Amino acid sequence: MPIKTGRLLRISAAALALTSGAAAAAQSDLTVALQLEPPHLDPTSAAAGAIDSVLYSNVFEGLTRFASDGSIIPGLAKSWEISEDGTSYTFHLNAGVTFHDGTSMDAEDVKFSLDRARGEDSANAQKALFADITDVSVVDPLTVKVSLEAANGSFLFNMAWGDAVIVAPETIENIKTNPVGTGAFQFSNWVQGDRIELTRNADYWGTPAALESATFKFISDPTAAFAAMMAEDVDAFVNFPAPENLPQFEADPRFQVIVGSTEGETILSTNNKMPPLDNVKVRKAIAHAIDRQAIIDGAMFGVGTPIGTHFAPHHPDYLDLTANSAYDPDLAKQLLAEAGFENGFETTLKLPPPSYARRGGEIIAAQLRAVGIQTEISNLEWAQWLEQVFRGKDYGLTIVSHTEPMDIGIYARPDYYFQYDNPAFQTLMTDLRSQSDPATRSAMLQKAQTIISEDYVNGFLFELAVPTVANAKIRGLWENAPTQATDLTGVSWSN
Amino acid sequence: MIPYIFKRLLSLLISLCLASIVIFTVVEVAPGDPAAFMLGINAQDDTILALRKELGLDQGKFARYLAWVGGMLSGDFGLSYTYRSPIADMVGERLWVSLPLALYALGLSILIALPTGLYAAAQRGKRGDAMVMGATQLGIAIPNFWFAMILVVVFAIKLRWFSAGGFAGWDDGLFSGLKSLTLPAIALALPQAAILSRVMRSALIETLGEDYIRTARAKGLSKRATLWHHALRNALIPVLTIIGLQFSFLMAGAIIIEQVFFLPGLGRLVFQAITQRDLIVVESVVMLLVFAVIMVNFLVDLAYAAVDPRLRSEA
Amino acid sequence: MKLRGSFLIGLLLSAAIASTALLSFIWVPYDVTVLSIGEKLQGASQAHWLGTDHFGRDLLSMIMVGARTSLAVALVAVGIGIGLGVPLGLAASARQGGWLDELIMRSNDLIFAFPSLVIAILITALFGASAVNAIIAIGIFNIPVFARVTRGGALSLWQREFILAARVCGKSTGRIAIEHILPNLNNLLIVQGTIQFSLGILAEAGLSYVGLGAQPPTPSWGRMLADAQTMVSFAPHLALVPGSAIILSVIGLNLMGDGLRDVLDPKLREAAR
Repeated sequence: MPIKTGRLLRISAAALALTSGAAAAAQSDLTVALQLEPPHLDPTSAAAGAIDSVLYSNVFEGLTRFASDGSIIPGLAKSWEISEDGTSYTFHLNAGVTFHDGTSMDAEDVKFSLDRARGEDSANAQKALFADITDVSVVDPLTVKVSLEAANGSFLFNMAWGDAVIVAPETIENIKTNPVGTGAFQFSNWVQGDRIELTRNADYWGTPAALESATFKFISDPTAAFAAMMAEDVDAFVNFPAPENLPQFEADPRFQVIVGSTEGETILSTNNKMPPLDNVKVRKAIAHAIDRQAIIDGAMFGVGTPIGTHFAPHHPDYLDLTANSAYDPDLAKQLLAEAGFENGFETTLKLPPPSYARRGGEIIAAQLRAVGIQTEISNLEWAQWLEQVFRGKDYGLTIVSHTEPMDIGIYARPDYYFQYDNPAFQTLMTDLRSQSDPATRSAMLQKAQTIISEDYVNGFLFELAVPTVANAKIRGLWENAPTQATDLTGVSWSN
Repeated sequence: MIPYIFKRLLSLLISLCLASIVIFTVVEVAPGDPAAFMLGINAQDDTILALRKELGLDQGKFARYLAWVGGMLSGDFGLSYTYRSPIADMVGERLWVSLPLALYALGLSILIALPTGLYAAAQRGKRGDAMVMGATQLGIAIPNFWFAMILVVVFAIKLRWFSAGGFAGWDDGLFSGLKSLTLPAIALALPQAAILSRVMRSALIETLGEDYIRTARAKGLSKRATLWHHALRNALIPVLTIIGLQFSFLMAGAIIIEQVFFLPGLGRLVFQAITQRDLIVVESVVMLLVFAVIMVNFLVDLAYAAVDPRLRSEA
Repeated sequence: MKLRGSFLIGLLLSAAIASTALLSFIWVPYDVTVLSIGEKLQGASQAHWLGTDHFGRDLLSMIMVGARTSLAVALVAVGIGIGLGVPLGLAASARQGGWLDELIMRSNDLIFAFPSLVIAILITALFGASAVNAIIAIGIFNIPVFARVTRGGALSLWQREFILAARVCGKSTGRIAIEHILPNLNNLLIVQGTIQFSLGILAEAGLSYVGLGAQPPTPSWGRMLADAQTMVSFAPHLALVPGSAIILSVIGLNLMGDGLRDVLDPKLREAAR
């Protein structure tokens, strides 16, 4: 009897030691939820932002890349030289880099990637990033020379974008379903409609990832997102779609809430060519009829920073021009009367799916109604929005968030969907491109911000914040979103 | 018999043909360019044109219709615009979720409805009947997505007995797969059970009013025996018809529930395809669902004819 | 005794909902188009009997105006069903087994074969979300229901003595249908109408829930439910109020329909199947 009990005790003690031992080792897999599922897995062709959200920096890397604070740091290129006149870049690549299929990454692959992106048949969604390139030549296996038509101060910045990552000719054929890159994680499985699985790249050329595996799940419905997080079905949710639930997560010791900034200027886009919105007085009236804080409180539950122009407030060159469009409904009515619309007018307000647009739209409609402007709200799906608003320009007002970094240049395109045509601004943008002196660039950017604010091109609402809800034990998640990405290379579990 | 089958078969083929034309027309007439949608905001016109060509969207409508039908007949449902992978495979995968979900919900529905319907019929006019009728009234009136919301709050968030959604997959075993389908199945089953229960009750009441039942009772058969051996069997005919209808409804009608519980099923596939303008997926899935219903009807007609000789002469 | 009790409940509920909707045309406690973010998410109080929503709108007013949407959509959809379905059913029943009958019945079966929810979502998503498109989407599926019910009810009527007499007198089929058959189907149609009406309310709630019904700023019960979902854990009244409105309306109409069926003609229970 005693012997049996003794044996039993020893066995259970051993078992206990095993389990507690296992618990002591930090968890090494992560399940991250995102709102949108990528339609395919090629960031360099017909790319949707959702593709970068999964693969950027995790699976694919470019010559340069974004750091978490938004600065541009070396990626596959460890260093570079720029010629005096700014038209020639020589990149020195890291040695010993291999793709996930074992083949080596060298200058030939860089040439292949860049030529493919800028080629005639290229389906690259950001072809403009490569438009300046006149030639890409291989100097030796670890050196690439890129020649530009003219100096471009943003070239290194451009090469950090997800659309400029380096791909391999050997695996290019199935890249849409089987992406092969050089990153710290490799693609392992895609259950369409549900999740994408990544595993650690043991042969990674840089610091290996702390996580052994990562799974991306796709949950777009805000209620399902809340439920999944609360029920701990997922470990983290980046860009959590329901800001109204953040206080609950903050109050719960199981979770941490990180609210960071993005490059997303949320604006009330105005069709500058559609009467009566072509009248700057009318646009100014609209600007003063809007109460930004009410929109941030009502639509985003307080999460977001007001902006007065199309520029990110966390950027050092940002100019606070919110006073130009302060909330003043009486002034708005007066301006409308001066423009000949004392009885107001009617226009359309077409809204894409995100809740900042749907909720923000309802609030703005009410605010405009208060000064006499009647808006007909249409809730559209992205496909319809692209068709009617973006391509067809058949709209009066719409709300959308422009998430590309440093995109004030879109105001220099007269055929862009808000159809703002100001030659002075266009010239300014052209000058900016070839300008590399930082002080001059700052001054020019500030002038640009002032022009579009005083022309009341669009209603500048707020900078979209990115709320991340995660298990309290996770470390290394990015606070801000300088580009569309969910960089997991530095993420780990603490214990 | 043969001319009857032949007539039914002909009718089936005509229905399928007409259905395919209707589906194709409705989807084709819809505004929205899948290529533009796929490429997103910054794409240029020439890229879009290239993609349209790749997707075969530049061909005429009639050519595309024939290609689609021809493909379906040979089992090739084409490639999805959004995912660029074979639709047949996608549908096959989704069926592994939707089919079990429909069967699970149907099973729960039958499990709840038959005994309660029986009880209500047996207790007709008395308190028990009134309680069942009241409960079924409530069950029919509750929108299943609202009920789903309540289930999630109580069972997933507060009690943590179930996950709030998502499908665990069958790889980990039957049990874990069924567990993730439980809350959705309950949400779907509630209104169906309420309807089925009432059908069971009224079918039984009617059968019990028939002459042959009275004869059986007069012959000395007990109330319970009459119910079991005579009434139930005949009452089951309309009940089975409704069950068949409910199955077809559950396959497609779970579209909202699949959204709420983010299940990778057929309903959510079609919903996402609609919002993403993935026309070809929409056409194929709707065609499949219609085919299933028409097929089931055809088989039921055959079964009826086999059982009831009166119907055969209807030809 | 019990049946009459439930009929009364049904009648009262239906009348309550209908009168709320009608009342909203003349008076609502607060304007639902005016947002008051500062007052958001309040519970029931003296000022707001049912509380406020996430935009500070008074829930009672939202329910009242939302009743308009639900009832209007369901009513017009039933109207479409009756307006198109009844003539089709009559035409089909006039010559049972004839080519018209076959055509109409086959078309009916075809429409029934389509998954109604999927098609409704398809129509509203493709052609634009609005109350009008929701009406059309729901109405389309009402047509075969009424066609079938009318045909079923009319079939036995065509054999009646007085119809044969009318034929002998030389009356055309059409006139007989309108003057003699149709009036006798009134009870049947009323009962089926109430059933389809309550189904219409549920269908409209479902479509609004996925965002495909009436658009903002027009309140709609289904959309109120959708908006309320993420806040259910700290503001449950946002979901309970519209949910209860839907449930009570549907129960009311169903009880009234059942009661009508028993009151008007017990034999109808079979014909309505």
